[in-house]
Amino acid sequence: MTKHTLSVLVENKPGVLARVAGLFSRRGFNIHSLAVGPTENPDIARMTIVVIVAELPLEQVTKQLNKLIHILKIVELDPVVAVQRELLLVKVRADTTVRSQVLEAVALFRAKVVDVSPEAVTIEVTGTSDKLAALLRMVEPFGIREMVQSGMVAMGRGSRVITTGLTR
Amino acid sequence: MRLTGAQALVRSLEALGCQAVFGIPGGTILPAYDPLLDSTKVRHVLVRHEQGAGHAATGYAQATGRVGVCMATSGPGATNLVTPLADAYMDSVAVVAITGQVQRSSIGSDAFQEADITGITMPVTKHNTLVKDPAEIPRAIAEAFHLAATGRPGPVLVDIPKDVLQELTSFVWPPELHIPGYRPTTRPHGKQIREAARLITNARRPVLYVGGGVIKARATTALREFAELTGAPVVTTLMARGAFPDSHPQHLGMPGMHGTVAAVAAMQRSDLLVTLGARFDDRVTGQLSSFAPDAKVVHADIDPAEISKNRQADVPIVGDCAEVISELITAVRVEFESGRPDLAGWWRQLCNWRQTFPLGYDRPSDGMLSPQFAIERIGALVGPDAIYTAGVGQHQMWAAQFIRYEKPGSWINSGGLGTMGFAVPAAMGAKLGRPDVAVWAIDGDGSFQMTNQELATCAIENIPIKVAVINNGSLGMVRQWQNLFYSERYSQTDLGTHLRVPDFVKLAEALGCVGLRCEAEPDVDRVVERAMEIDNRPVVIDFVVGKDAQVWPMVAAGHGNDRIMSARDIRPLFDEDGS
Repeated sequence: MTKHTLSVLVENKPGVLARVAGLFSRRGFNIHSLAVGPTENPDIARMTIVVIVAELPLEQVTKQLNKLIHILKIVELDPVVAVQRELLLVKVRADTTVRSQVLEAVALFRAKVVDVSPEAVTIEVTGTSDKLAALLRMVEPFGIREMVQSGMVAMGRGSRVITTGLTR
Repeated sequence: MRLTGAQALVRSLEALGCQAVFGIPGGTILPAYDPLLDSTKVRHVLVRHEQGAGHAATGYAQATGRVGVCMATSGPGATNLVTPLADAYMDSVAVVAITGQVQRSSIGSDAFQEADITGITMPVTKHNTLVKDPAEIPRAIAEAFHLAATGRPGPVLVDIPKDVLQELTSFVWPPELHIPGYRPTTRPHGKQIREAARLITNARRPVLYVGGGVIKARATTALREFAELTGAPVVTTLMARGAFPDSHPQHLGMPGMHGTVAAVAAMQRSDLLVTLGARFDDRVTGQLSSFAPDAKVVHADIDPAEISKNRQADVPIVGDCAEVISELITAVRVEFESGRPDLAGWWRQLCNWRQTFPLGYDRPSDGMLSPQFAIERIGALVGPDAIYTAGVGQHQMWAAQFIRYEKPGSWINSGGLGTMGFAVPAAMGAKLGRPDVAVWAIDGDGSFQMTNQELATCAIENIPIKVAVINNGSLGMVRQWQNLFYSERYSQTDLGTHLRVPDFVKLAEALGCVGLRCEAEPDVDRVVERAMEIDNRPVVIDFVVGKDAQVWPMVAAGHGNDRIMSARDIRPLFDEDGS
């Protein structure tokens, strides 16, 4: 079982997310993370889906996804030649006694403090899931009050694009 | 030209060549029924339950090769279509369902008779769509027909809010289809074809494993040529009965759970399965890990997702079976120029299985009529030019086994979903589409009681089908499993139909049909012939048969196919191996 990142170009139509999510659940595939948003073409939306599956089920996932009429293209992104990013907001307990230590961790990870209160700071960090996990390990001893994390978005490196030929 | 969305809908159906719609009007679909009244091209058949409309559309589509159309109102009307849509999805049948929806401003408010039918049917349709603009209706309907009928066929649902049907719009025909994410591959890859031809030439124990895709691709003539060219044995799945003549000497019959010993054994011992439009369904393979252990697999299907889904293919071929088979013929001819495979030894073994373990049945020990005999005689008397439909259960398996199919499209059943109640409405749809052909529904007393209300439709609409109710007084297939696997504890399988509740003859008469009854072997031919003489009304024959008859051969669920039993406790392959 390995982690695979799929970039999925879909027609920007109502219900597409439900179709994709429904397909995963009814075929017994697990979505590790999913992010969706608009693209440079208003008719096309792009999903980044991270799945943890074996090689053969991945082929099934891709083939079944391809059968959805609103799906235009599926590309598996090799992490070696792709940029992968997640966004994390984490609210850490940080009164005056430990705040400087928390801020030190923030600086080390090139993260940002986006909100401060007497009892806590809220940290924003982007990066790979490994980086986010490492930051969390660093601030965990101070006490994590609340956290929220985006799905991964990813894009291949280099000048090649996956949207070629898809404009109307 | 200005017209209403409803008029645009009917005009679109007419322009697409739709000749029949099965449905029931109701609140939100009402606007569509008004212009339907004026249409001279589209015949609407008023069914008694929307499930009947859906199965009728499925039967119509399979009998005619055209798209079957059903129509229902929002809410319960639409949800009643869910079973037939799931059925058509599993069996890849081109069906278009048109449903009314509550007006746009009410969607999402739990309005009267509101149901999120596009959400509900997402997993059981090839595609569905909610039309929010009347100008989009022609394109939505044209795309639905295109999606339903091309590639791997399947059901498509178009949901139209009432106010969209009422609003004025302009009608432009033909509409421009815009389906950029849909590009089915029909043309097989030449390299894969050559590789398949090479394997076929080198195989010593090949089997042509033929599924319903061959019928849908209208490739049965090519299949016969291909089979005769290769000399390989042919097995036809439940969905493919009729794709290859039962009378052909290379035909071993149906594979799978209730297949012939010869078909099952041939696949188990095969060194090459040439799989054409079939999908390695669990009812064919049994326990997957021990299925055809020595066979390489050539798998041709129009749906790439079927290839290597259950069984890894050595040579995957994505394409339409008609093109695949015709290219295989050419490629195999080239390969055969340098020598044909010698299949004599293989055929000796196949013939041995076929002769030692032919399909057969014993007369019931209680002296009652044998269900298999009744079905066999119907097939013999009515002949291969008729269309046979079936419900689901023992009678379905016997109808697949003991009627001889010679032509594609002569057998219409619910294979994938296994929908009890399929036979009568499917027969209705088939007969409407092919009025020149005799249509016989082989039904069970359980299945029949699920949808027999459509006999009223048949009587009123003059659709004279024949229904043979194989009445064993119980849910026979479930009872068989209780007999074999649940210590003969018959929990909730006695339907009371042997007590004549209901009395099927009286029920038939009440529904405007002729009711006949047959309880003894010597009467079977006479009663069937009597039914064949009646052509102005539907006919129901109540065949009162013994309840202990069982479907054999059988591979118990979850077991490997090597453990096939030709009859109770007789395991041909097991015994042969001495294991």
